[in-house]
Amino acid sequence: MKILVAVKRVVDYAVKVRVRPDRTGVETASVKMSMNPFCEIAVEEALRLREAGAASEVVAATVGPAQSADTLRTALAMGADRAVHVLHDPKPSHPLLPLTVAKILRALALQENPGLVILGKQAIDDDCNQTGQMLAGLLNWPQGTFASKVILDKEKATVEREVDGGIETICLDLPAVITTDLRLNQPRYATLPNIMKAKSKVIKKVTPEDLNVDIRSDMEVVEVTEPSKRKAGVILSSVDELIDKLRNEARVL
Amino acid sequence: MPAGQCTKPVRLFSLLHGSLSLPPSFHLHEGQRRRAARALSSLRGRANSETSGMARRAAAGLLRRHLGPLAAGETLQARGMYPTQYGAANHAFSRFYSIQGPQRPLYGFRTNVETDDTQQSAHMNFEVQKRSFSCAAAHVQRNPAYSVLNSDDVSYFKSILGESGVVQDEDRVAVSNVDWMGKYKGSSQLLLLPKSTAEVSKILSYCNSRRLAVVPQGGNTGLVGGSVPVYDEVNGILTCEAGCVLENLSSFVENKGFIMPLDLGAKGSCHIGGNISTNAGGLRFIRYGSLHGSVLGLEVVLSDGTVLDMLTTLRKDNTGYDLKHLFIGSEGSLGIVTKVAILTPAKLPSTNVAFLSCNDYISCQKLLLAARRCLGEILSAFEFMDRHCINLAMKYLEGVHNPLPASPYNFYVLIETTGSDESYDKAKLEAFLLRSMEDGLVADGVIAQDISQASNFWRIREGISEASVKVGAVYKYDLSIPVEKLYDIVEEMRNRVGDMGQVLGYGHLGDGNLHLNILSTKYSDKMLAQIEPFVYEWTSKQRGSISAEHGLGLMKAEKIHYSKSSEAVQLMASIKKLLDPNSILNPYKVLPQSVL
Repeated sequence: MKILVAVKRVVDYAVKVRVRPDRTGVETASVKMSMNPFCEIAVEEALRLREAGAASEVVAATVGPAQSADTLRTALAMGADRAVHVLHDPKPSHPLLPLTVAKILRALALQENPGLVILGKQAIDDDCNQTGQMLAGLLNWPQGTFASKVILDKEKATVEREVDGGIETICLDLPAVITTDLRLNQPRYATLPNIMKAKSKVIKKVTPEDLNVDIRSDMEVVEVTEPSKRKAGVILSSVDELIDKLRNEARVL
Repeated sequence: MPAGQCTKPVRLFSLLHGSLSLPPSFHLHEGQRRRAARALSSLRGRANSETSGMARRAAAGLLRRHLGPLAAGETLQARGMYPTQYGAANHAFSRFYSIQGPQRPLYGFRTNVETDDTQQSAHMNFEVQKRSFSCAAAHVQRNPAYSVLNSDDVSYFKSILGESGVVQDEDRVAVSNVDWMGKYKGSSQLLLLPKSTAEVSKILSYCNSRRLAVVPQGGNTGLVGGSVPVYDEVNGILTCEAGCVLENLSSFVENKGFIMPLDLGAKGSCHIGGNISTNAGGLRFIRYGSLHGSVLGLEVVLSDGTVLDMLTTLRKDNTGYDLKHLFIGSEGSLGIVTKVAILTPAKLPSTNVAFLSCNDYISCQKLLLAARRCLGEILSAFEFMDRHCINLAMKYLEGVHNPLPASPYNFYVLIETTGSDESYDKAKLEAFLLRSMEDGLVADGVIAQDISQASNFWRIREGISEASVKVGAVYKYDLSIPVEKLYDIVEEMRNRVGDMGQVLGYGHLGDGNLHLNILSTKYSDKMLAQIEPFVYEWTSKQRGSISAEHGLGLMKAEKIHYSKSSEAVQLMASIKKLLDPNSILNPYKVLPQSVL
């Protein structure tokens, strides 16, 4: 069985995000870009399923500009077998929306015919948390979202999800879509031997047009602004002063 | 204590890692006690050099850990406290907070915010359990030539600094008498908090005329935040007061696209003036070199109060003797640094980190050589650790796991590159590592794919100090040794110590700087006898330095002859006598008493 894993290139989790001076979006020039952390977890889970013998091949896919190939290399260095790069360089005013990405992934899924598609539950740049669900809807496949444990056998997948009241266990017929939560696993590091092997692995490049997906968007980003800064606090010297402030300035007492 | 009753002799006392800088709180106190603010030198140095800014939390943890054994009942709770909070367990810090009120630093916002927590835990940990340090602490006899502090002196200081700049409150002064590690205890009575070069000058001029000894204190006493730094963006030159906290300077220049040429674990609290006076090394050393190269100008107050203006911002200036170098690394014994002009390199956007294992020490050496050749301009750190360090880190550090399979590799190396082009740098590093692996220099390795992975690698390297103090007693040595001999001392020490303790070897291999740590469950004279003077003699024989970046202070002042010839020490003594004829600055430190 084949597993398709979707990965996204985003501004590194540890970078402090800045808005571009022209307010069209977030600054990405000279900023460290990495694989979305939830996508790393998705790749790791696919690799573990393959290593456990439940799958035979792991294919990583991404949609993005030429530099997104770095992210696919990371997936390959972690151990994915091959990769598909859907080339698209969106304008900041017209980013790809989850529905478009889901349509592209559906086209890939129909081509590749995987038994399982694993995605991160959300990307840390737009925080949409929609692509996995939309993909399942478009494919009309069952979905196990926010997975914290995945067990796979020949025809079905058992997924544990952390819900408010405890752990919900669901059983999915394959093929299915799974999105990963933070506690599913601890992604591995890219070792030198694997980085070396990854160099000879194939990244297939396609365009949305090749896949017959219309990527026009009805939404336009007008402006991106920073949240307003928090005002400095004051340190008071006594309880009386606090009460006075609460009463006369904040007027909450 | 009322001013009139204050008739004790005066001496100054340096505490904490910044041993001097403008925000110095001058500390006048009765001198007869043995003690000295030296323990902190080892702590300062450690913080200086063995931790990076990359993981403030790690550094904080490290600092906290050093205090761990001092705090009764180990009640420090929060993991990942900030360095400032860590002070909670130590008196020095609570003093810091208590005096901060009226003269809040311009910088160091965080310290203000966290005051409450700090004081609370300071209270909880107030009882300091004295470790048996006696075998390690140096004993100093007070020099009777120094005068005795009287009420006129106090009135004079008040006339210069105002009431709030002169601290006599016993509790407030008492807390500054214990150094970071609790290794030394003083009995200070007066603490002065000058705010400007002019005030520093007046104090020194007065103390010199009265022959009152002075020990300037820097970091963590942060009373003079320093005025807003001046920045020359064209040339990348920063000019600021000595009391600026390194981390604040760092973020200040980073906003302009530059970085400070030094980075060290204590950056959240140490002052640039202290860094310069101690010639702090740290993690960017391999790339940007020592402060002797980065510092372009200084303003220094001499012992007689003369303000020596050498505050030029020129890259090239061959007019006469370059006097500023005398004050860089002289540990406050020649003058007090009040202003600094420093060259800042451009901030580069791409950083890559690899964590590697090697089978033997010779491979580490060859790898260093190869890295210098192949990574040349982008190499920014080359750190090594032996197997024992890694095992210790895995055992004692929370959330740390070995990125490499648990095979018994003997050595681990962390390589960092910093450059201007992400994909180019990465390709270069990968190509280098793959070739090294084919050549058998590297046994296995991983390359960080994102910043959190990179921090995880650094966490291991930086966490060694933190992990080592969890064992109990740590004997720390900071040696400069030619790279090819560097690990021999570790092995010899292992033989000498045998079952009595565990020997760790790690450090900045790129700089030939070994951190030799000997761990044992408790301090003992027997153990010390196994280590000293052997470690100094051995280093001396290799023409190494017994203090690579930690300084001499009080602890190693008498040991200077292991690294410097008697002629050199004599000349140093002549310079000291010339610049500080009454020897009021930082007495008993740096040079042996016999030559002064």
